[in-house]
Amino acid sequence: MKAQGPLFSQIPQSPTIDKVGVEERVARFQTRSIKGPSKMQGLSKVLSMIDLTTLEGKDTPNKVRQMCYKAQHLHDFHEGLPTVAAVCVYPSMVSVAREALKDSLIKIASVSTAFPSGQAPFEVKKMDTQFAIDSGADEIDMVISRGKFLEGNHSFVFDEIAAIKEICGAKRLKVILETGELATLDQVRRASDIAIHAGADFIKTSTGKIQPAATMQVTYTMLMAIRDHFDRTGKMVGMKPAGGISTSKLALHNLVMVNEILGEAWLSNEWFRFGASSLANDVLMQYMKQVTGKYQSADYFTID
Amino acid sequence: MNVLKTYKIYIGGQFPRTESGRSYLVKDANGNPIANVCQSSKKDIRNAVQAARKAFGSWSERSAFNRGQILYRIAEMLEGRKMQFIEELTQQGQSLESATNEIEICIDRIVYYAGWCDKYQQILSSVNPVNSSHFNFSMAESTGVVGILAEQNTGLLGIISQLLPVIAGGNTAVLIASEQLPLCAITFAEVLETSDVPAGVVNILTGSPEEMLPTLAEHMDVNAIFLSNVDKEMEKSTQLSAVDNLKRVIVKNDDWTQENAQGINYISSFQEIKTTWHPIEQIGGATNSY
Repeated sequence: MKAQGPLFSQIPQSPTIDKVGVEERVARFQTRSIKGPSKMQGLSKVLSMIDLTTLEGKDTPNKVRQMCYKAQHLHDFHEGLPTVAAVCVYPSMVSVAREALKDSLIKIASVSTAFPSGQAPFEVKKMDTQFAIDSGADEIDMVISRGKFLEGNHSFVFDEIAAIKEICGAKRLKVILETGELATLDQVRRASDIAIHAGADFIKTSTGKIQPAATMQVTYTMLMAIRDHFDRTGKMVGMKPAGGISTSKLALHNLVMVNEILGEAWLSNEWFRFGASSLANDVLMQYMKQVTGKYQSADYFTID
Repeated sequence: MNVLKTYKIYIGGQFPRTESGRSYLVKDANGNPIANVCQSSKKDIRNAVQAARKAFGSWSERSAFNRGQILYRIAEMLEGRKMQFIEELTQQGQSLESATNEIEICIDRIVYYAGWCDKYQQILSSVNPVNSSHFNFSMAESTGVVGILAEQNTGLLGIISQLLPVIAGGNTAVLIASEQLPLCAITFAEVLETSDVPAGVVNILTGSPEEMLPTLAEHMDVNAIFLSNVDKEMEKSTQLSAVDNLKRVIVKNDDWTQENAQGINYISSFQEIKTTWHPIEQIGGATNSY
């Protein structure tokens, strides 16, 4: 590591996680009932926080173009809806997305570092990241080396994140922990602390390829890591739960949790995102249910 | 000790209590309480429609013969529990003779519609003569999710007579039972559950039609509504609510005890006719020499 960069040895010891306590706390967030105008506001906020995602082997330029169109025109039948925060694609699709979004305010996030497994030589990971940035990505979603992490080689993970952050420069870096592979909440907390200290602008739960993905327990643990870091240093870090959040209800519960753990400052798409592909339509249907008073059908909303 | 049954509702192959937590008391002819029954709400309608939509794809694509087998199985299961249904009907005030008669008609009617499953398609479909180089044919496709308000004056007969043609035709159903005679509806759900009917194909709710029907009729994911023997006002308001997604509102004011209150026309009411124009090289291609 270069002398001016962050140091692995500076990471404070991670607290152990009381799993039962986390489950009870999380269960309480899920009992909140949000109705009427608050629900409308919440749903609108959720829409504006979505990273509309397509990360499939079968992705084609046209699929990406179509998704970029949807990102800008969620449901044109109703005026005043926000756009999503960003689209999230593979590096090879970034230039397509850039062209499709032109000068729109919607950001382009690119996964990198041999997403989703992260099993590639370090040089390849760096090239992957550089390629995404050169193609026009605004944000980089990297994966950590879970194998190394589970082996106990935490400094390797730390150095990798720090090196990728250096390539990113001012572009925001989201670090995917892939919590479904980390086995325990203690490990999730440790990985969060490592990522935050290595320079992550956001920490993100999952790739979406592994189950379980963004459970509320995991998100809660990561939010606590962000809060402890903020209390200690005054620096904000963003949070992005991804994978498995497909209903409005779950999304609203997540917002409640963020608000109560981190506070209102985090309730914007600058600091909180949902990584999702099918969530947008469910939120739109719930939103239109509030507007019209009638339960909606997926037949009247765009597929992509 | 006499163990009283808890009558719950039937959604997606499960027997949950109503989301609203409400219930109402059903009394026998002498005013003695028989059971507490779920008073379902709008949210139960929402959940039921969701379950019905989920079940629709595989049910409509199932082979016609297999649908027939499953429907026949419903009749077999109902036959086995005949006495329970007769007892429930008499508890609710019917004479033994009338109750026995009603259940027998029900069983016959299920067998009748089981037989139709692999036959209506041939009758509703056609090859059409057209004046161009096309092989032109029409066939029936299931309408989708059908909302049924069961006839309110019967405990089971209305349910069977309205539900069977709907599911025989590959549709899935959300059914609101008779408010005053709800016992058989839930016992019938138990019959469905043990008859290989896939979860979500039939969903049964008990409670107030005035409260639930508008939600069902307005629901954008419901494709047709089936009413029987309702007053003109309810018919009109249902039609108005159904306008937004142009859902069909089918009204049949039959006396369901009659033998002619069944037939292919009850099935075809919940079918959409799709016509295909398939290009061929010559008009002659569609003749015997083809």
